[in-house]
Amino acid sequence: MSNKNIYRPQSKFLYSSYLYIIPAFVFYILFVLFPLGDTLYTSFTEWNGISEKKWVGLDQYIKNLSDKKITSSIKHSFILIIFYSFLPIIIGLLIAGLMIRVKIRGMTTYRAILFLPQILSMIVVGISWRWIYAPKGPLNSGLDFFGLEDVSRAWLGSFDYSLMAVGLIGTWVMFGFTMILFIAGVQKIPIELYDAAKVDGAGAISEFFNVTLPNLRGEIIVALIFTVTLALRNFDLIYITTGGGPGTSTMIPSMFIYKKAFQMGQVGSASSLGIMLTLMIFTLVSLILITFRERK
Amino acid sequence: MNYKNKEKFIAHAIFLTGTIFVLYPFFSILFLALSEPGKRISGFTLPSGIYFDNFIKAWTGGSFNTGLLNSFIVVVFVVLITLICATLAAYAFEKLNIFGITPLFALLLIGLVLPYESIVISYYYSMRSLGLVNTHLSLILPQIGLSIPFSIFWLRASFKSIPKSLSEAAMIEGAGRWVILIKILLPQMIPALLTLTVLLFMWTWNEFLLALIMIQDEGMRTAPLALSYFAGNKRYGDPAITAAAAIWVALPVLIVYIFLQRRFISGMVTGAIKE
Repeated sequence: MSNKNIYRPQSKFLYSSYLYIIPAFVFYILFVLFPLGDTLYTSFTEWNGISEKKWVGLDQYIKNLSDKKITSSIKHSFILIIFYSFLPIIIGLLIAGLMIRVKIRGMTTYRAILFLPQILSMIVVGISWRWIYAPKGPLNSGLDFFGLEDVSRAWLGSFDYSLMAVGLIGTWVMFGFTMILFIAGVQKIPIELYDAAKVDGAGAISEFFNVTLPNLRGEIIVALIFTVTLALRNFDLIYITTGGGPGTSTMIPSMFIYKKAFQMGQVGSASSLGIMLTLMIFTLVSLILITFRERK
Repeated sequence: MNYKNKEKFIAHAIFLTGTIFVLYPFFSILFLALSEPGKRISGFTLPSGIYFDNFIKAWTGGSFNTGLLNSFIVVVFVVLITLICATLAAYAFEKLNIFGITPLFALLLIGLVLPYESIVISYYYSMRSLGLVNTHLSLILPQIGLSIPFSIFWLRASFKSIPKSLSEAAMIEGAGRWVILIKILLPQMIPALLTLTVLLFMWTWNEFLLALIMIQDEGMRTAPLALSYFAGNKRYGDPAITAAAAIWVALPVLIVYIFLQRRFISGMVTGAIKE
């Protein structure tokens, strides 16, 4: 080893260092980047999965965008964002705002339970909620018990309520995560900031908007990206609870990708929808990052 | 009640409400699964006794023994290979001097945001042309590729938190890159690797869409896939048996969660922030 390296041991560049990243990049290229490129290519073709691919340019995209069923499935995704993202984040923020100085016993247990929906398979979650929403399930029995027979119905089979019913499952899955994230964030805010606000005569509400909210910016970005992405993807839960129905009332893009590619033989169209979904997620994530980035 | 106690009381009330809201569906299907076969409970009454018949019927009727085994095989390979590849790459990114590190890292960012629902079609047709449909490999290979970006980001941050002086001292004594990684850095990385293992185990165990499109043989189904077929099968349309089946599938993750819940939570909360 030369003297130079003794003093700056980090600085030596060796081609053999690439050997360390090769295994990971082989998997990444073969099973992420190649399929992405392949999907992009297929999205410009008409293909039923068996015959030759026929190049059609942007046709599939134009057809998808003018298909009412597809555009309404995108609309459903945006409605689901309210339930998967906005509601849990608002609940989480309000509760975190109340927990600024509170230290209570049993926090670990509460946290473990509130986090539970995050770790379970969406298939298990969906089956539990199918039972809750079933015509003779707990929710309807409860409504009957309180004399609200008129309100009870087959929630997941209803054209008007199924999307909301699925959305509320998303709220249930997510609110524990946002609560834990924001409470952990609030406890890192220096208490002096709150004391200073108090001295300035700030009430609880102005304290929330001037101290709590700005200091949780990082956590809010994380929560938004995590929940919005899940709301847009969301395949497992829809598949097991409604399958997109009744009719197309809970149809979302990922469900259409599956149906078109594997049941309707429209692989080109399914691929272009896949690219559209990817672009939607990339755009929304960038928008979240741009909107909430640190202003200097 | 003084001010502090009142605050604590409100906090407990909020958390208890949240806890009940989270636990209600679980207890609801647990009671359903434990109910007397043939007797329908309404979900608003406690079961009259504890019966394990539904669990036995679900186990034998839904081939969950093979389902759990298949899931287990897939999880072991995905987790092990991902851990090895991601550790090597994260080490190189953080501690070795590599030309072109920024574009390579930007490339990984795509995988972090990409919804894999978009590319499953390509997986299916590639695997079909390789004759790999219906095999464990068709589930293992894509999931390694999909797990690598997050794992590298996660491990790189952990390598970063190890003081530079540690590896520099070893370098001065003439230790090579490999020796420094194995002997000096890895022992410091054990907590981070354990947390990552837990997360990868959970994600791989719960994976559904890939199994749905790749696997047609009943004997090759993973646990969540077996569960979805079971829940959709009219012959076993009894919700009590489906509930018992759901508990079988959730059980392995639940058991690990009970022992390592701090790792799950800190992993997902800080893991998300590090991104």
